[in-house]
Amino acid sequence: MREIDVSEVTALVSRLYQEANFNLPPDVVAALESALKLEESPLGREVLETLLKNAEIAARDRVPLCQDTGLATVFAVVGQEVCFTGGSFTQAVDAGVAKAWRDGYLRASVVSSPCHDRANTGDNTPAMLHTELVAGDGVRITVLPKGAGSENMSRLAMLKPAEGIAGLVDFVVDTVEKAGGNPCPPIFLGVGVGGSMDRAALLSKLALLRPAGSPNPDERLARLELEIRDSVNALGIGPGGFGGSITCLGVALEEYPCHIASLPVAVNIQCNSARRATGSI
Amino acid sequence: MTTMPISLTAPLSLEKTRSLIAGDKVLITGTIYTARDAAHRRLIELIEKGGELPFELTGQIIYYVGPTPASPGRATGSAGPTTSSRVDRYTPLLLARGLRAVIGKGDRSPEVAAALQEHGAVYLAAVGGAGALLAERIRVAEVVAWPELGTEAVHRFEVSDFPAIVVMDSQGGNLYTSGRKKYRQSR
Repeated sequence: MREIDVSEVTALVSRLYQEANFNLPPDVVAALESALKLEESPLGREVLETLLKNAEIAARDRVPLCQDTGLATVFAVVGQEVCFTGGSFTQAVDAGVAKAWRDGYLRASVVSSPCHDRANTGDNTPAMLHTELVAGDGVRITVLPKGAGSENMSRLAMLKPAEGIAGLVDFVVDTVEKAGGNPCPPIFLGVGVGGSMDRAALLSKLALLRPAGSPNPDERLARLELEIRDSVNALGIGPGGFGGSITCLGVALEEYPCHIASLPVAVNIQCNSARRATGSI
Repeated sequence: MTTMPISLTAPLSLEKTRSLIAGDKVLITGTIYTARDAAHRRLIELIEKGGELPFELTGQIIYYVGPTPASPGRATGSAGPTTSSRVDRYTPLLLARGLRAVIGKGDRSPEVAAALQEHGAVYLAAVGGAGALLAERIRVAEVVAWPELGTEAVHRFEVSDFPAIVVMDSQGGNLYTSGRKKYRQSR
């Protein structure tokens, strides 16, 4: 048994959220640089150059990469030999979010009662916390500040198994086509296939944690990721939505066993400001 | 090569906005105002009640943005565009009242397109995801109405060479449509 005081969780979440909002991950920068070499549209290339310059300014001046500093999605992988002391783990995560938003001058973007009052909670809590228990005595936390521009364009479908891979690809491409310039292309796509309705959605978000440019280890799924990417890029939406050959910087697809009668497909769109950060205790 | 940007001074003349064509790059200098969903709702309520607006609309530019709080020594925090379609239902009335340009990102409704043509106005897009870079072009930021809305309050920005692209012009041109068509490949 390893005891961890929850104040360490608060400190880690706060540090990661500030790091994520000021520093675009190196793999995302590399994906933008690769796109710059491939993009055919001159205006599209200018947008990509602007985004690379923006990443430099954000890191240099500690100004958020994007004004939408996101809904605080937190993935915690917790070893089952860990015993948290000093308070509630969930509250410690929220305290870390509140601290990051206060110390980092991030934008409070959460309302408490979506149906009626829509009053701002003031500190961007609560976090969207997903906790997974694993063997061992470590704690690994990944934060994903998720902007609404891309989240609002995300979709889920319960397809018929007979619709198969063609139906799946059509659904993803249709989702991106309808989204157009709204989700701040060039985008990343997280695709979750299988499980239940909720599991497919979670898988699509987990897929976004995979570094850009790293394919699914399953060769058939890796080919499917490339097929989806190329089909999406054929739409011509381009950087900024102004037209161009690069709409999608990468597709990460994760699958999971599902019911004999089901083919759940979730598409989580991630914007060009694909922020995330990971740390361990 | 793309064309050189056109310098615009805000507020804008009708003659100027009518001359802009979808695809033109612009650099805006002068005063612009911010408004998101909540502020739009209040502006429309005021117009319907015959109340006085927090700023004169004629010739003005509204930027759809909710900036991050300014850290010490800065005019504003990150300040890139938000999705425009959330205010589509309010935009035609504001254009009828003299608003001459809006800055945001993403597609607009056919009603907004028609109102832009009717009133000789333009829809501009700033690059979504470039909030840190765009903030460098905002020299002064001041809340002029509804501070209780926080980031959604109406701000007055003094901008210098603020970069944007004409997406929808007053002749019906639409860069999102034409750009996509140009680079679309059959599957």
